[in-house]
Amino acid sequence: MTASQPVRFAAPVATSKKKKPSAKSSKKPARKVSASRTLLLVGTRKGAFLLRSDGARKRWKIDGPHMFGSMVHHLVLDPRDGKTLLMAARTGHLGPTVFRSTDAGRTWTECKKPPAFRKVPEGKRGRVLDHVFWLTPSTRDEPGVWYAGSSPQGLFRTEDGGVTWAGVDGFNEHPMLPKWTMDEDGGGGGTPDGPKLHSVIVDPRNPRHLYIGMSAGGIYESHDRGLTWKSLNDGMATVFPVPEGEINYGHDPHCVVLHPAMPDRLYQQNHCGIYLLDRPAERWTRIGDNMPRKIGDIGFPMVVHPRDPDTAWVFPMDGTDVWPRTSVDGKPAAYVTRDAGKTWSRQDGGLPREHGWFTVKRQAADEGAPVGLYFGTTGGSVWASSNEGKKWECIAEHLPHVYSVAAVTL
Amino acid sequence: MVVFVPTHLRSYTGGSAQVEGRGSSLAEVLADLDGRFPGFRFRVVDEQDQVRTHILFFVSGTIVRDLQRPLPANAEVTIVAALSGG
Repeated sequence: MTASQPVRFAAPVATSKKKKPSAKSSKKPARKVSASRTLLLVGTRKGAFLLRSDGARKRWKIDGPHMFGSMVHHLVLDPRDGKTLLMAARTGHLGPTVFRSTDAGRTWTECKKPPAFRKVPEGKRGRVLDHVFWLTPSTRDEPGVWYAGSSPQGLFRTEDGGVTWAGVDGFNEHPMLPKWTMDEDGGGGGTPDGPKLHSVIVDPRNPRHLYIGMSAGGIYESHDRGLTWKSLNDGMATVFPVPEGEINYGHDPHCVVLHPAMPDRLYQQNHCGIYLLDRPAERWTRIGDNMPRKIGDIGFPMVVHPRDPDTAWVFPMDGTDVWPRTSVDGKPAAYVTRDAGKTWSRQDGGLPREHGWFTVKRQAADEGAPVGLYFGTTGGSVWASSNEGKKWECIAEHLPHVYSVAAVTL
Repeated sequence: MVVFVPTHLRSYTGGSAQVEGRGSSLAEVLADLDGRFPGFRFRVVDEQDQVRTHILFFVSGTIVRDLQRPLPANAEVTIVAALSGG
């Protein structure tokens, strides 16, 4: 199912002229305003939707549903060619798979060998992949290479653009994995809709260097494309009591982000707070302690400014009492830091002033100037800000439960 | 033998509600179908060779979960996608 005329969403990332990011950057973003169109890739519980903006990012056209009825956990455009879309999907009845499109979503082709765990001998407990939760393309130095994170927690790799997938054995068969994921008894140790491996990060300077996050399980790092792994959880709080000091596994990161302009900087929204880590340090700092006390620092998503390493956004949720996971007091707001977490500012312009009981799992930022911000709710709304969070507008409503939001600057 | 295909899987069979399957067990029939309709098997049977939670195989009216069980002559296989709401 290939189109006769290939369609490209965006110019691919240059392979030779593009300047690689430096380890450190102190440059602040230019404040100029320029027109740029954005493509939003929205995965939902009942299919995927593509939202395209005009140059001012004020008007949006919605296209979909794609793969109607499928649970689309992630939909990602390959920045290396500007045209290949990968979609992680399953249905309520059918097992998980990955679909590809190279014609802007007009047609979709199922991969030939989807991610799957290793078959175990009869009588042994083998793991069964419930869904692919996360998709990450590698760097432009590895065209065709992608990683997939799954529920339950597994890591998979393709070298042919998503046609055939294989497990990353150094991770999936790691003898410590059941302990890391609190799954030693086979109980799963995870979130209500399944424990997940997410936030697969490929260092833009070196594709051998990987980070992954697991909810639950923690954050781990590899310097050899996944052959070996080390824990990177020092300094993070846990939801469970720790009898003797800290332990370096079992934590619950919800979202981990590497800053593209300063790749030694990692931000993290955790079940237990907001954190920052500047490598080569290995101990996370809880920058969420600087959030207003009545708001707290619990949430799911976190995004960073594409050019300013000190700027990041979160969308806090109510993590008190029985963990309703809605906007605090029914008053949705993003919070932004422009000084790497030392201070935070509320951004609720245009959002409901009351009875806005949003649950926001996913958030995205484009590369525009000013940066466009986007989030989706479990109630099926997509909200956008074309001015870095100062003012929000609802650009789609009545969609199914939003599972993923990714933004592409065209 | 005739294999009745639920709507969920007809994107693989070109829209056909019933197809011809060859084999002496469900495992062989599924291997045959997967050869002609790539990807079909993994949607209904997991990597540990277990029938997926919300899939049922009826062989001439009886639920069968053992993929290796020999199929009777002239068996009809019906695949049902069942009980996954919301």
